[in-house]
Amino acid sequence: MLSSTADHLFWMARSIERAENTARMLDITYKMSLLKHATLEPFQEWSAMLSISGLHYEFTEKYKDINAANVIRFMALDEDNPASIYSSLKAARDNARAVRGSITSEMWETLNATWIEMKAIADRGIPSDGVSSFFEWVKERSHLSRGITYGTMLRDDGFRFIRLGTFLERAENTMRILDVKYHILLPSLQDVGGAADYYQWSALLRSVSAFETYRKVYRDVITPRRVAQLMILRADMPRSLHACVEELDTQIRVLDGPRSEELQRLSGRLYAELKFGRIEEIMAEGLHEYLTRCLLRLRTLGECISTTYFWAEAEK
Amino acid sequence: MKPAYDEMYGADKDVRPHYESLARWLKETPPDVVARKREEADLAFHRVGITFTVYGEDAGEERLIPFDLLPRIIPAHEWKIMESGLRQRVKALNAFLHDVYHDQNILKAGRIPSAQVLQNPLFRKEMVGVDLPGQIYVHVAGIDLVRAGEGEYYVLEDNLRTPSGVSYMLEDRKMMMRLLPELFSRQPIAPVEHYPDLLLENLRAVAAKGVIEPTVVVLTPGQFNSAYFEHAFLAQQMGVELVEGPDLFVKDDVVYMRTTHGPQRVDVIYRRLDDDFLDPEAFRKDSVLGVPGLFSAYCKGNVTLANAVGTGIADDKSMYVHVPEMIRFYLGEEPILSNVPTWELSKPDDLKYVLDHLAELVVKEVAGSGGYGMLVGPTSTEDERRIFRDKILAHPSNYIAQPTLALSTCPTFVAQGIAPRHIDLRPFILCGEEITTVPGGLTRVALKEGSLVVNSSQGGGTKDTWVLEY
Repeated sequence: MLSSTADHLFWMARSIERAENTARMLDITYKMSLLKHATLEPFQEWSAMLSISGLHYEFTEKYKDINAANVIRFMALDEDNPASIYSSLKAARDNARAVRGSITSEMWETLNATWIEMKAIADRGIPSDGVSSFFEWVKERSHLSRGITYGTMLRDDGFRFIRLGTFLERAENTMRILDVKYHILLPSLQDVGGAADYYQWSALLRSVSAFETYRKVYRDVITPRRVAQLMILRADMPRSLHACVEELDTQIRVLDGPRSEELQRLSGRLYAELKFGRIEEIMAEGLHEYLTRCLLRLRTLGECISTTYFWAEAEK
Repeated sequence: MKPAYDEMYGADKDVRPHYESLARWLKETPPDVVARKREEADLAFHRVGITFTVYGEDAGEERLIPFDLLPRIIPAHEWKIMESGLRQRVKALNAFLHDVYHDQNILKAGRIPSAQVLQNPLFRKEMVGVDLPGQIYVHVAGIDLVRAGEGEYYVLEDNLRTPSGVSYMLEDRKMMMRLLPELFSRQPIAPVEHYPDLLLENLRAVAAKGVIEPTVVVLTPGQFNSAYFEHAFLAQQMGVELVEGPDLFVKDDVVYMRTTHGPQRVDVIYRRLDDDFLDPEAFRKDSVLGVPGLFSAYCKGNVTLANAVGTGIADDKSMYVHVPEMIRFYLGEEPILSNVPTWELSKPDDLKYVLDHLAELVVKEVAGSGGYGMLVGPTSTEDERRIFRDKILAHPSNYIAQPTLALSTCPTFVAQGIAPRHIDLRPFILCGEEITTVPGGLTRVALKEGSLVVNSSQGGGTKDTWVLEY
């Protein structure tokens, strides 16, 4: 297929997944901020969320104070912020429009309708008691788009580039969400295991729809180490790094384009490490250090997809 | 001006025979059912997103072209004449293009003034001596026809560069078959749905000699072009790639597209991009829509462009007056379809006559299209005429003038009910190994009362066009 078509499909899928994950991240931050926490500065969660998204600078350019209302406005509705939910849904729709012939009409109509509704929401603004339901709406539209893709699209290369976009974005976001809690909001020693700590970990699990899963898998109290294991190494947890990389590796091997040896090597190696890795090693390295390193490798993988299939460099 | 010929009703309001079954349907069907069908059509067009993009004011906005439920019907014997006239015309135009870019016999014979061709900015000197597969320049033509009276069809203009509208012809038909299937069982209406197949076959036939399985692509300027919907539609219907300039590159005079499995050679480009933008190395340097090196690959015969580079010289309005002469010169035949009588304002006598009769005539810019840059005398104001007179006097040779034809009318849904509105017809003619057409074409209708301008950019709508098979 045309490289530009593959490129559009990849970014279409990434953008929808990004909108969903931004909603999830805002949701967990919002819920954490509702918990009184003596050791945290006011609005420290919101500040943490901006740092983890790498948008601190862009935010302070435009807004004076870091607080819930401003960060939600910036991350949900701000059209100047390329990572906002608004911009992500617009990018999804624009990419879909460019390749209407390569997706099913149901897919196009869903993304188009989502975008039209998003514009209406942005015009109205999100009422302070409507924050959670807005995040739920975003998640639902993302579920819907993915379901329609899965249910209607021919299993051709186009489908595979969509999967790559979805799972690469999801892998990165799972890493980020974990890092928000673990690194930045790590409570002081005396708070570890306290009520606030517990609620933060459970909010995190809920944000990746894994609270019930945790209970089912471990039937035990929530500990940071088990959460990390669940979100990094469990193959059967659909938002874990392991599950995302397994899907990436599968699609990359099926695509098997010319010049894709390096890409296959990168994804195969990452997958093998996750498949045979142990949580003890990760904790010994330091979770934050590990997550930072993984994010870097995912970024390299993304760049390699781009140079292998989208002619990102000038042709050689 | 005599009253306009109505397609459906005769002078004493009797229904013409080929409209009888439609008239019966209108009489039998309760108005609310008809209204519902019209709403259904609107909804469906919106949902599918059959739109065009507006230039100028509100630029970039996507708009629907109004679709009118009442079809325009053409009896079999009339279509037969039109079709042979269209073939004849396109054949002569192709011969003319080959001639002016090679031996220039028609100029040497003095049948067309040399200066008018050779000094025309649309004459592409780069094309002189370039040989094309099958000597075909115009692979797809859209020839606009109007009817002024019984059996009286005129060619209004030839569109030989990137004529558009065929997607509306196909979508209008699909809509009519969905909404009014019973009418199709009452009358033998010639099908048009195979147009994309014909187009693909036609494009594959004009690949360079020796190419066994030619790769065809549609080249579009991109999403913001007014006809983007049509480009995407045709690519999808033919099952070929829709590409933009950056998807293609040229290496060693061969054109490739960038695919996920490496470069793939391209043999035929159905381009919907003007000559000027095709190749920044050969034409406009600032074009980012084109493909550097494309023209050189083209001249080497490694890729076919449809339509060819340089066809503009044949559909320029100043050349229009000479088409009957081309038919006589190249084919030795008399033209089957007439031209509208035309004054060339480069001639002093014509200029004087036109300036004296501005209020009766239609004046057109030679290079204009899409209904922009024209003056319709009878509906113009004194001010408009004064401004136009100055423009004409500044550059007389930029203009031609024609009598205001009483374009035929066809019953059309308007706010007050059903009323006659002026229409034209754009049939599409394909040249490959042979010349083919699909019966009918796109009927455009001027929705404003009394208006003679049918272009979609000027508020025109479309109708399905039915050619009866017998």
